[in-house]
Amino acid sequence: MLRLTVRNLLARKLRLALSGFAIVLGVAFVAGSFIFTDAMSGAFSGIIKGTTADVEVAPKGANDFDSLQDRRTVPAEIVDKLAGLTEAESVHPYNQQQGVYVIDPNGDLVGGSGPPGLAFNYSDTVAITGEPILSLTEGELPSGTGEIALEESTAERAGYHIGDEVELVTAGRNPTMTATLTGLMRFGSAGGLGGATLVLFDTQAMQELFFNGEDVYSGISLTAAEGVSQEELRDAAQPLLPPGVRARTGDDAAAANEAGIEEILGFINTFLLVFAGVSLVVGTFLIINTFSILVAQRSRELALLRALGASRRQVNRSVLAEALAVGLLGSTIGIAVGYLLALGLKALFAFFGLDLSGASFPITLRTVLVSYAVGLVVTMIAAYLPARRAARIAPVAAMRDDVALPESSLRRRLIVGAVMVVAGVGLMVLGFAGEGESGLALIGAGMLAILIGVALMSPVLGRPLIHGLGAIYRRVFGTVGSLATENSLRNPRRTAATASALMIGLTLVALMSILGQSASASTDKAIRESLTSEYVVSNVVGAPFSPKIAEQIRELPQVETVAQFRTAQAEVDGSFAFVGAVDPNGFAEAFDLPIPGAVTAVFRPGTVLVEASTAEQGGYEVGDTIPLELQGGTVKLELTATYPPGALPANYLVTPDTLIKGGLEPLDSMLFITKAPGAADADLRSAVDKITSQIPTVTLKDPQEFAAEQKEQINLFLYLIYALLGLAVIIAVLGIVNTLALSVIERTREVGLLRAVGLSRRQLRRMVRLESVAIAVLGAVLGVLMGIAFGVALQRAIADQGIDVLSIPWLRLAVFVVLAALVGVLAAVLPARRAARLNVLRAITTE
Amino acid sequence: MFGATVADSTAPAHDHSVAARAVDLRKVYGEGDAAVAALDGVSVNFAAGEFTAVMGPSGSGKSTLMHCLAALDTATSGQVFLGDTEITRLDDKRLTTLRRDKIGFVFQAYNLVPTLTAQENIELPLAIAGRKPDQAWFDTVIDTVDLRSRLSHRPNELSGGQQQRVACARALVSSPDIVFADEPTGNLDSAASGEVLSFLRRSVDEHHQTIVMVTHDPIAAAYTDRVVFLDDGRVVDEIREPTADRVLEQMKMLSSGAVAGTPAEG
Repeated sequence: MLRLTVRNLLARKLRLALSGFAIVLGVAFVAGSFIFTDAMSGAFSGIIKGTTADVEVAPKGANDFDSLQDRRTVPAEIVDKLAGLTEAESVHPYNQQQGVYVIDPNGDLVGGSGPPGLAFNYSDTVAITGEPILSLTEGELPSGTGEIALEESTAERAGYHIGDEVELVTAGRNPTMTATLTGLMRFGSAGGLGGATLVLFDTQAMQELFFNGEDVYSGISLTAAEGVSQEELRDAAQPLLPPGVRARTGDDAAAANEAGIEEILGFINTFLLVFAGVSLVVGTFLIINTFSILVAQRSRELALLRALGASRRQVNRSVLAEALAVGLLGSTIGIAVGYLLALGLKALFAFFGLDLSGASFPITLRTVLVSYAVGLVVTMIAAYLPARRAARIAPVAAMRDDVALPESSLRRRLIVGAVMVVAGVGLMVLGFAGEGESGLALIGAGMLAILIGVALMSPVLGRPLIHGLGAIYRRVFGTVGSLATENSLRNPRRTAATASALMIGLTLVALMSILGQSASASTDKAIRESLTSEYVVSNVVGAPFSPKIAEQIRELPQVETVAQFRTAQAEVDGSFAFVGAVDPNGFAEAFDLPIPGAVTAVFRPGTVLVEASTAEQGGYEVGDTIPLELQGGTVKLELTATYPPGALPANYLVTPDTLIKGGLEPLDSMLFITKAPGAADADLRSAVDKITSQIPTVTLKDPQEFAAEQKEQINLFLYLIYALLGLAVIIAVLGIVNTLALSVIERTREVGLLRAVGLSRRQLRRMVRLESVAIAVLGAVLGVLMGIAFGVALQRAIADQGIDVLSIPWLRLAVFVVLAALVGVLAAVLPARRAARLNVLRAITTE
Repeated sequence: MFGATVADSTAPAHDHSVAARAVDLRKVYGEGDAAVAALDGVSVNFAAGEFTAVMGPSGSGKSTLMHCLAALDTATSGQVFLGDTEITRLDDKRLTTLRRDKIGFVFQAYNLVPTLTAQENIELPLAIAGRKPDQAWFDTVIDTVDLRSRLSHRPNELSGGQQQRVACARALVSSPDIVFADEPTGNLDSAASGEVLSFLRRSVDEHHQTIVMVTHDPIAAAYTDRVVFLDDGRVVDEIREPTADRVLEQMKMLSSGAVAGTPAEG
């Protein structure tokens, strides 16, 4: 039997290659996700370890990898005290500042959108890796506020050379400044900052520019003396520190920071794996279908084996052995392709500013094991059903002319499908009622169950659709059209299974389109309803900027008020809180929140306004005390009012002094500007533009432009998701190619006859193409319908979280169906060519 | 209706015009030492309005001859004329049109399209061409093959004989210049064979149809006007007004190797 299996594999190379390809793509996605996140993890771990000394001293919560700019500092006298420790070999005080960006000679921001821009003072600290954190590779160290050094890759990307005047945008007292480039620095041993930019000043210059000229530091790095452990040094240092400042061992600090990074990377990995899962589900459909068709075509041969004495189990095993071989081969190639995919992701993320050019892309044992496990399990599951059916072929079938494979009745399929849909709806309802990740998982499982249920029922559900399409075909394409229609109706299970693969991809595409469009519409509505200011100044990369800009704008005669909106991350009762801070007076001018009474009556220092849905989830009511845990400590605030979801870009709103109490440096994220009475729009615009034009990180826009910018972000995210779902669609297209190719082979004799009685090659190609389009359109229409159903349900479920407008992009959905039809045309190219090339004589005499 | 040169060069023994003819037709499979000539210089005429059987032992080249005549296969050398059209020079597109408009086929294995009803199968060549069947002729054909009550059935709901009658109707409904039948009764029992053959005979007698049939069945050959015998890729003999006994006798001689290319004998 083994030899037969091998022979079969070789004889059906092409067909198996196509189903193997589904496995390759699915496994590649899984492997690629792991390899990519491993690479990111390794890169960030390298950066963290390369910047951490034996013991790190800093205010609690400050200067971590995910910390915002902290305003708390360590006084200089602590440095002297620590220098007296015999356990410490050297003491390196440091100053750091976020939001310092390099502008290239063309006036563009180096690094584009996303990655942080950092400024440090230079020091010769050695990290726990044993390498210096920074090493001068060219030129001289900077001295004074007029000189800087740049990290190598930063200088290279900007195109600056030693001696050039470098333009900087800072979040400090000077929104813009220029300095002479005196030297280039290498960061860590591996080099590279993951896309971030790094500017280096001397210590005095850092203090003068960003610390009001005071002799204070962001933190202190200690290196241990010979024979002193990290713990011993930490224990020696801690008693010398003022309250609120803590010493941590380098290992602890690195581990804590890595844990923070891992959390983000874990999210990215899960995000990617969800799409890998979608591809695998689609791939499963393709494999089930391919094996079903192969088994059907071989049924007479299998029956002969049975007649010659092969047991059911042997037949079953020979089919499964084929699947195993396909799964093994597919997984192996999949891992290799996954590596390429990870490199592709690297390029994609580089576009968003994450530079991993220095990172290694490791294929770990875990990646290999998971990939093989996924590939083999999926293939075996997918092949099991056809294998079982193959084993049920009666030996007597060998003698018959037309062998029909035993198939489950459509009625049973309908019942099982309906049960799955009902169960899926139940899971989704439970999911909506639940919270957090388990809720999401339930919703996902529910959607999957419904999709499989509908896929099971699709031979019946799709029938009217194909008939409708057939009526059009017949009218437009005559006999060829009706032949194509009959062909697609001929094996409803096969047509439906092929279409179902496309359906899944399109369901998700349509769902995301609806959610994206609804989010856009909701943003529009929120901005229209609650924003009363005439203009908004915001940062193109979402990073905070210098408050100086607001001061300058406020001095303009055309401006009535400027509300400085700041943002921070915090935790409330263990949940993530997105905090906005704004001055109450400016806020009242800029926003029109539907709050009873005057805003200033409820919104004052010591109070917090909470978004209604957040309050409901946390069980908070007006009058409650909310403990807001910011990085510098917990601030207790009185909840005085709630506001509708989506009205503000934050779910907690506090006054600016709260953030300062929480240890955060007051930096602005957005400015809301109202016009002075009688001022002309054009005047105001040109006056503000004059200020912002020097600073490429911020732009001025009116509420419509502001909304457009927000929607642009939503669309960008949507395109990313389309791209990731694209792989599932590609697999589905392969499925159509596969089904058509197998059908053409199966109908060789019929094709020969049609050619013999006068069907031209062109007409024959058209016939195959029309069948392909019918399958694709069936999948697309079912998918779009499901997507609309899911989209409406999900929008309703999250309406209280800010997406309160349902907006269905009908045109876009229609475009998807049309695109699917085109995809059908494309999928038919090869099978149609193959059919057209069949030798008429040989085809007609084929067995 | 055909050019005088055609008639002159092939010198038919009777006054029918020629529906199809092969001139020095060769078909070689393989190359070099392994080369096998399936047709080794066959020249033969098929008169219009005649029912001709092509017979010969297995491997004699009878099927190859028919495939070449019917534009299903290409010859290695030589010429094939359908009417006055030399088909050996046509490209695939023209051959397709030719098959569609001028040739009818009946195959041993019926070769009906399973998704179409009997009526749709019969009308298929016309429908492909985008033409409507002539209703009177369609009715005549249907009644001749006695299929009126079966028109809405799909092939798998019909018996073998019925399926082959549908195939015959399909071949005739477009009024082709010539019908090629490849062992049309090979899969049928004697009763069903009789029905199909009588029907073919009638279409020649009543409607002046030209039919060329490959068969190895002497009884089937007895329904025809003329039997052409092939052996080793050559025409070796022919019988006019054949009877089953005479055909059988000739076949026996062929298979015993007694005949050595003596066409004058017939």
